[in-house]
Amino acid sequence: MLEKALVGSKRYWTLVFILLGIIGIAFLVYLKQLKEGLGITGMSRDVSWGFYISQFTFLVGVAASAVMIVIPYYLHNYKKFGRIVILGEFLAVSAVTMCMLFIFVDMGQPSRIFNVILHPTPNSILFWDAVVLSGYLLLNILIGWNALQAEYKGTPPPKWTKPLVYISIPWAISIHTVTAFIYQGLPGRHFWLTAIMAARFLASAFSSGPALLLLLALLVRKYTKFDPGREQLQSVAKIVTYAVIVNFFFFLLEVFTAGYSQIPGHLHSFEYLFFGIEGHGKLVPLMWISIFLSLFAIALLVIPPTRRNETTLTVACIAVFASLWIDKGFGLVIGGFVPNPFERVFEYWPTLPETIITLGVWATGFLILTVLYKVVISVRERVGFEESAH
Amino acid sequence: MGMDRREFLRLAGLTCIGIGVGGAQLFVRTKIASSEYAPPEERLTAKRWAMIIDLRKFKTEEDYKRVIEACHKIHNVPNIPDPADEIKWIWTEDFEHSFPEQMNPFIPESVEEKPVLVLCNHCGKAPCVRVCPTKATFKRPDGITAQDYHRCIGCRFCMAACPYGARSFNWRDPRPYIKEENLEYPTRCIGVVEKCTFCVERLAVGKKPICVEKSNGAMLFGDLEDPSSEVRMYLAEHFSIRRKPELGTQPSVFYIIGGEEHA
Repeated sequence: MLEKALVGSKRYWTLVFILLGIIGIAFLVYLKQLKEGLGITGMSRDVSWGFYISQFTFLVGVAASAVMIVIPYYLHNYKKFGRIVILGEFLAVSAVTMCMLFIFVDMGQPSRIFNVILHPTPNSILFWDAVVLSGYLLLNILIGWNALQAEYKGTPPPKWTKPLVYISIPWAISIHTVTAFIYQGLPGRHFWLTAIMAARFLASAFSSGPALLLLLALLVRKYTKFDPGREQLQSVAKIVTYAVIVNFFFFLLEVFTAGYSQIPGHLHSFEYLFFGIEGHGKLVPLMWISIFLSLFAIALLVIPPTRRNETTLTVACIAVFASLWIDKGFGLVIGGFVPNPFERVFEYWPTLPETIITLGVWATGFLILTVLYKVVISVRERVGFEESAH
Repeated sequence: MGMDRREFLRLAGLTCIGIGVGGAQLFVRTKIASSEYAPPEERLTAKRWAMIIDLRKFKTEEDYKRVIEACHKIHNVPNIPDPADEIKWIWTEDFEHSFPEQMNPFIPESVEEKPVLVLCNHCGKAPCVRVCPTKATFKRPDGITAQDYHRCIGCRFCMAACPYGARSFNWRDPRPYIKEENLEYPTRCIGVVEKCTFCVERLAVGKKPICVEKSNGAMLFGDLEDPSSEVRMYLAEHFSIRRKPELGTQPSVFYIIGGEEHA
């Protein structure tokens, strides 16, 4: 079935080669990083995690969000999602791969990566993250690929994949919970030390992930003969609406706790992110843009006519994705490190090599996504997708 | 070729067994019998090593410098000018930033501006040890939080976990920044984390940490679990504080502040 990825239109190949080009350049920059060390990034003694780890954190959410399509389809028998469930699962495959790559490029000694397996350490959350992420990747490849192969042959999917589907649901929740635990269990990092962290992670995942899926589905419909379906997209839009509101609510809970208690440790990171401390405020404009985009998206999504109109819906989804990318793919990780344990302010900003490597990892994810979606679309264009296929 | 199907299968089978046995051997740790290794008799031992820094006895800038330079010199700590990439094992911070939870704007100026020596606290419950995914940082039976530079994968989870900013990462090759290399102690490569080790290499040969030795009596080192030890007796007589004790990390470094002479 993979051979379907080898035959495609000119547009398909152009996209593939552009992505390969970006990956190639990023790989060369990575070789430089490998040789000279992580000093070529903007990270420092005080902000010791930067863009790589924050992208990882954000993308775990995108990966987990596949469950928002899987639950209605498999647990509530919402048959209409049969058209898009595989798009969600393959998005998860691509997102988890990017997560792993981001962890890898962040390592100081990548050649020692197998030490994590050679010396398994169950008290480390990072160990569990490696376990749940690789498990989730495997689950989604197995489920997605077998479902598609069955569709290709015109048979029902093999029975043994059904239990895997049920396992994948709590598993999706686990990957983002464990990722939140990396942060929320650290003494002395007040910004992260909050019981609502995992819940907030899930809420932001279940809005940014489906928003991305919706945008991808619209692209698929525009450029191919496969139509994911209007009603399906509207259902995804409602999921995004609920989740983005819950996410904003959780954010306000954090603001209240810090603001009303007035405990300095809790206040400082918020102060830094939204107002700046002692003239240091590189992230201030971005954080306000994130707030504004979230509110703007909530308005567009809550008002029925703008949610139903696909142009305004597209705008809303882009706004959700951008807002939550800033919030979780940047501010959340950096905010935890500023001020440092001495309550001094040292700022972080990604360097050019760091940005290129980051783009390279994103391009790798999109290449995987492009190839997998190409196979799906080719199969569907051939068999002519019917809703009663399963 | 003179190999029939039967012989091929037999050879292939033997090869597989060979690879299997060889592979299994990789996973069976070869251990040095305990009888082959005897720790040096002169070594210093304790149930839980602890340090007291009596800041009253640090009078001049020279007092601090002597201690810091001695440590960084014997441990091949590079002198990297860019503060973002700096490696520090022991250094000074002012009182206000060393003890941010104190937040008292009315303490004597002499205390407020007093430089405080800061280093790894060798916590009783070390968050860095809890989070390390490879046990590269680990607790020794004598309470020291040690670091294995050869196992560290450079994930920097320990740096996020340490509430004291005690850990440094080798963002670049440290070797060009070492003025005079001490051949008795290893240098580090890029991509690993390092910090103060309470001079494990000196304790093994019966010497106290170099900072204590160079402090002219301003720093004490001993067993916290031994009620008759020098550190316990000193702590019983002088009021001491620790950095961020509210986090439950149980730091093993104690500070005696004292606002004025003979406080």
